[in-house]
Amino acid sequence: MSVLKTWDPERAHELIEELQNLPGALLPILHALHEDFGYIDEGAVSMVARALNISQAEVHGTISFYHDFRHSPPGEHVLKICRAEACQSMGCDQLIRHVEGRLGVNRGETTADGSFTLEQVFCLGLCATSPAVMLDGKLYGRVSQDVVDFLIGSIRRRG
Amino acid sequence: MKIFVPGDAAALAVGADPVAQAIESRITSERMDAQVIRNGSRGLFWLEPLVEVETPEGRIAYGPVSVDAAAELFDAGFLHGKPHFLCRGLTEDIPYLKKQERLTFARCGIIEPLSIADYIAHDGYRGLERALDMEPAAIVEEVSASGLRGRGGAGFPSGIKWRTVLNTPADQKYVVCNADEGDSGTYADRMIMEGDPFVLIEGMTIAGIAVGATRGYIYVRSEYPHAFRTLRRAIQIAQQNGYLGASVAGSGKAFDIEVRLGAGAYICGEETSLLESLEGKRPQIRPKPPLPAIRGLFAKPTVVNNVISLATAPIILEKGAKFYQDFGMGKSRGTLTIQLAGNVKYGGLVEKAFGLTLREAIYDYGGGTASGRPLRAVQVGGPLGAYFPEALLDTPLDYEAFAAQRGLVGHGGIVVFDDTVDLARQARFAMEFCAIESCGKCTPCRIGSTRGVEVIDRIIANEDRTKNLRLLDDLCELMLDGSLCALGGLTPYPVLSAIQHFPEDFTKPAPPFHAKGESQETSLWR
Repeated sequence: MSVLKTWDPERAHELIEELQNLPGALLPILHALHEDFGYIDEGAVSMVARALNISQAEVHGTISFYHDFRHSPPGEHVLKICRAEACQSMGCDQLIRHVEGRLGVNRGETTADGSFTLEQVFCLGLCATSPAVMLDGKLYGRVSQDVVDFLIGSIRRRG
Repeated sequence: MKIFVPGDAAALAVGADPVAQAIESRITSERMDAQVIRNGSRGLFWLEPLVEVETPEGRIAYGPVSVDAAAELFDAGFLHGKPHFLCRGLTEDIPYLKKQERLTFARCGIIEPLSIADYIAHDGYRGLERALDMEPAAIVEEVSASGLRGRGGAGFPSGIKWRTVLNTPADQKYVVCNADEGDSGTYADRMIMEGDPFVLIEGMTIAGIAVGATRGYIYVRSEYPHAFRTLRRAIQIAQQNGYLGASVAGSGKAFDIEVRLGAGAYICGEETSLLESLEGKRPQIRPKPPLPAIRGLFAKPTVVNNVISLATAPIILEKGAKFYQDFGMGKSRGTLTIQLAGNVKYGGLVEKAFGLTLREAIYDYGGGTASGRPLRAVQVGGPLGAYFPEALLDTPLDYEAFAAQRGLVGHGGIVVFDDTVDLARQARFAMEFCAIESCGKCTPCRIGSTRGVEVIDRIIANEDRTKNLRLLDDLCELMLDGSLCALGGLTPYPVLSAIQHFPEDFTKPAPPFHAKGESQETSLWR
């Protein structure tokens, strides 16, 4: 897992300044903020709006449109499970229920100890090796309940 | 000696990295004269990680190779072509591959993706070379005459788009590559971007030269970080080698490309939503007209094409329209990159001339279901495609033949389901997906999809079934006719086909707990 920085307006300002002159700069800026902090802080909205000379409503409307952008910091590890049709045909619904039970959260939520965020995703492009998951940016195909238990377990053991 | 271990995301997902490392460390420790190359995937995913060894007779394939098996392969002497039970013989002779007609994918899995020298040695940049000697209108004519239709799903003739942009005067024009491959069951775009990125860059450059555009954007979905990184690097390499920039290949004509990342929104695969996203706006779709070819990115004339469409332009220019035209059937010319996915034994990429039947694809190539249970349903064309029963498997993969059965070929993804599938649940998912991904611009899609989930829940729960099935039919008709784009407009396809071909799944006794629990699922989403 990449080390995420805590929200820092100065750092955010640097990121925005670096990209604000690109044509259609809003999405690249949001990605840069999201990559650095793991979410987009409420405080970024007015900064971005000012830099791009657009309204805060436009910035907020764009952030909230995309599924990728979180509104609060994620857990230490992010597990994304594909829920699209190819993975459904290979039992991803049972896999998700299993993981939800094991972690004690629903998809879209973070465990109480802050160790895992569980997210659903619609297609990782691994449809010939379903079901597929992504753990901290790393891809896994043909994931059985045993495999996902092993992945979660090995992270937990590392502490 | 060269050893190939794919760096394709699907190969990585089944352990290609540790295998490559194991092979590399063995080579180093035993000081062997061998080199590991990370190629793209051949698209034979049941054999991944597929390790190939270069021999004078050709490449010999071994797969699926685990870290332990890699050690065994060395002990068995695989570097000298010695037998091992994982040996699949010459890669080119594997029937699955040998029977294909690989035009767009001619190099994928063969070359080193980021070696421009390798690309050129395998006939790369010949299409561009020829295009640079032609008048723009002649390039457009060549693409038109080839019969190439948009491979993203809509099947619109690419030549007409290009001609419209060419004939629309403007101070700035754009080429936008739609690499937002969101349909489940599809991965051809991803494979090309990771395995042969220069063919896409060449295709976009040809499009730019043809229509008079000097800037290109590739919009890649965020679920494809590997493709994004490969493209970024490939663009730099093309720039350093003079194939992108102020004077493409010394022609004096300018063209450059930038790659941008999406952020997890299926609707951004719709071209006008994609353009809004690129412009940095909330990506709600735009009503058409005006067409993007006339008023596209930043209100300038824009070619918006799918990855496979653009990656096919080089071979059309290289070999001529007639060569490409000669493949296919009816109005579907050339090859289709079929992607076998889901519950299928031999999942993978099959590039074949249009006209192969679904049955041939699923059984002759796919080998039936992975679970070994009987096949019950097939969804072709992504989440907006119809569910076909066994009885329709003889439908040829052809745009018109599928349309006649109220289905769509789409981007060529085929998702196979065995007899454990419940089509009422699949119909419910189609509505749920539409509700999650709707951009909210038009009412039939925004509201209709949520109402659709509720009505299907009532049908599953056996509440007023006859009345609710009639209501669902009415809702589907409204969405089909009244939605602004294909998301709301085609979501009824999977729903209605499920009801039509699998009515028994809608008349089962109500499950004791499903209906309520399920309707809460949508609201749990974020």
